[in-house]
Amino acid sequence: MSQLVLEQALNGLQFGLMLFLLAAGLTLVFGIMDCINLAHGSLYMVGAYLVAAAAQAADSFWIGLGVGVAGAALLGLLLELSLFRRLYKLDHLSQVLATFALILIANESVRMIWGAQPVLLNPPEALSGPVEIAGFFYPAYRLVIIAFGLAVALVLYLLVARTRVGMWVRAGASNREMTEALGINVPGLFTAVFVFGVGLCALAGGLLGPLLAVQVGMGESVLILAFVVIIIGGIGSIRGALVGSLIVGMVDTLGRALLPTLLRAALPVEAASTLGPALASILIYLLMAAILFFKPQGLFPARA
Amino acid sequence: MPLRLSALAAALMLAGSAYATDKIKVGFVSTLSGPGAGLGVDIRDGFNLAIKQLDGKLGGVPAEVIIADDQQSPDVAKQAADKFLKKDKVDFMTGIVFSNIMLAVGPTVFDSKTFYISANAGPSQYAGEQCNPFFFNVAWQNDNLHEAVGKYMQDKGFKNVVIVTPNYPGGKDAVSGFKRFYRGKVGDEIYTKLGQLDYAAELAQIRSVKPDAVFFFLPGGMGINFVKQFVAAGLSRDTQLFAPGFSADEDVIKAVGAPMMGMFNSSHWAHDMDNGENQRFVAAFEKEYKRLPSLYASQGYDAALMIDGAVRDVKGKVEDKAALQKALEAKRFKSVRGDFAFNTNHYPVQNYYLRVIGKDAQGRVTNKTMGTIFTHHADAYAAQCKMK
Repeated sequence: MSQLVLEQALNGLQFGLMLFLLAAGLTLVFGIMDCINLAHGSLYMVGAYLVAAAAQAADSFWIGLGVGVAGAALLGLLLELSLFRRLYKLDHLSQVLATFALILIANESVRMIWGAQPVLLNPPEALSGPVEIAGFFYPAYRLVIIAFGLAVALVLYLLVARTRVGMWVRAGASNREMTEALGINVPGLFTAVFVFGVGLCALAGGLLGPLLAVQVGMGESVLILAFVVIIIGGIGSIRGALVGSLIVGMVDTLGRALLPTLLRAALPVEAASTLGPALASILIYLLMAAILFFKPQGLFPARA
Repeated sequence: MPLRLSALAAALMLAGSAYATDKIKVGFVSTLSGPGAGLGVDIRDGFNLAIKQLDGKLGGVPAEVIIADDQQSPDVAKQAADKFLKKDKVDFMTGIVFSNIMLAVGPTVFDSKTFYISANAGPSQYAGEQCNPFFFNVAWQNDNLHEAVGKYMQDKGFKNVVIVTPNYPGGKDAVSGFKRFYRGKVGDEIYTKLGQLDYAAELAQIRSVKPDAVFFFLPGGMGINFVKQFVAAGLSRDTQLFAPGFSADEDVIKAVGAPMMGMFNSSHWAHDMDNGENQRFVAAFEKEYKRLPSLYASQGYDAALMIDGAVRDVKGKVEDKAALQKALEAKRFKSVRGDFAFNTNHYPVQNYYLRVIGKDAQGRVTNKTMGTIFTHHADAYAAQCKMK
């Protein structure tokens, strides 16, 4: 039993950390620039496709990951300079419309370039098998993903809490006008934050590609989860994004694993098998609703 | 003026229906994008291959196949079907892969008195009480392939099996079919979301149950991910995997490769069946598409041949629905799976075979037929069908 709990906790951690890579960029763009970027999920998709294409061309997953993430960041830079810069000044509705258009454009472009069927992306050969930890086998590749996620979380923490740029970012999140008034190069900061966020979500796309599937529309479902995370964590807060991601990752994984079993103890098999999966899939939304009720600003509001 | 306009419209409609006899129109709605795309693409390619071999005709009448992608969404499929029925006025419909989509689209098709020839989805609903004169399934009833695996595992003496299936009508049919013949202990029944791609939580649960075998029904990309993750988690070392042919055919083998070797599965068709029709079909398919056909491709091919035979039988008069129904029931074509017949509920009565994945003479990883599990097997719902 303890083995099962440990394995499920690792699964939840892995899922949560990948959500964190997505949510970190989203929460910064939303919190600092006050810009709702619905196309964040599309950048995750484009990142995954670029990684898959580069990995295929170079015949190496790691080179593909590096090139793909860099390519997505470059695309992010062009997008920021050409489009997002103009969106910051507009109201939320215009931002939603413009970035929703981006989703449609991204999906159709990907369909035209890579086709409607999923693209194959395999993990590096050495990591495709299981490794033994604490008496059971766990996929090596998932452990690597966990390591990546933890490393990114640490780097982000140091960057935000310990550097001058990080201080600007925090200042921008809590009071934008005042930061501008103090003479910080806000447009430059915005560009840097945006590109960094795109790089992170492309990294998540590339890392998850071999586990899931690199396909059109993969960004939309994950975008919703990323929004749930930043609402739970508090908009604009990196710490909130990390805690929110881990909560969502754990609740979703444990819910899927344990709910059907628990329900079966209380209900007839037929009802439990119908209700269990349905309930597990709405669990995180129930959680979000509860947090919104008790803490409308999220767990760690950036603007106190 | 409005009166004259409607008269004109009526005249146009008459002209339209008179034209329809010079051409057989088939509306093909299928899943051609997303994780389930491999299935729809194979059905489409099989269907098109048959029409190409028939010189672009069905039953001697020039054929027009209109293709739409349902994106694995019942809503999108319903819109496409509505357009086919009302605007294009198709004579036949086919192509749907998933049973939840079939159940959503079915009523509209039947109401318009258009024949639907299912090349895949075979929900229990349409085999039993809700059976319909306008619905035919040329492949199987959903339960059948699962029944065959259940029977084989029962005979082999497996004692503790975990079942994994998506939570949708096809998945429910899979479980009832499997359990109809497998009487041993079911360690756990795991229902996942349709389209789920990450099975980490489910795999951990399987590990904790320690079953001697896992039976999974996860068509398309779901199965590809499940098998890959099953192997990566080290579960394949002491747990054997079993699946219906759906989760162990060319689409999954192509993506997963060698780890699939040694996996037993069931099917009503296999590419190594040696009858003339099948050998011709497999050779032509390989030549045309540079890959081996899957069971889905064989079903698409058979669906086109079935329409061809029936249209030929009624001499192109597809407006005579009663005669057309009789011709379809009579099965006027030679299937690539060998002989079979339609039951009273318009579902096949046929043999089911055991296949195993291994290397063939050319070193390709693929299926090999091992033996027969059921002969002249009918589905369990036919008795509840009162065909009008």
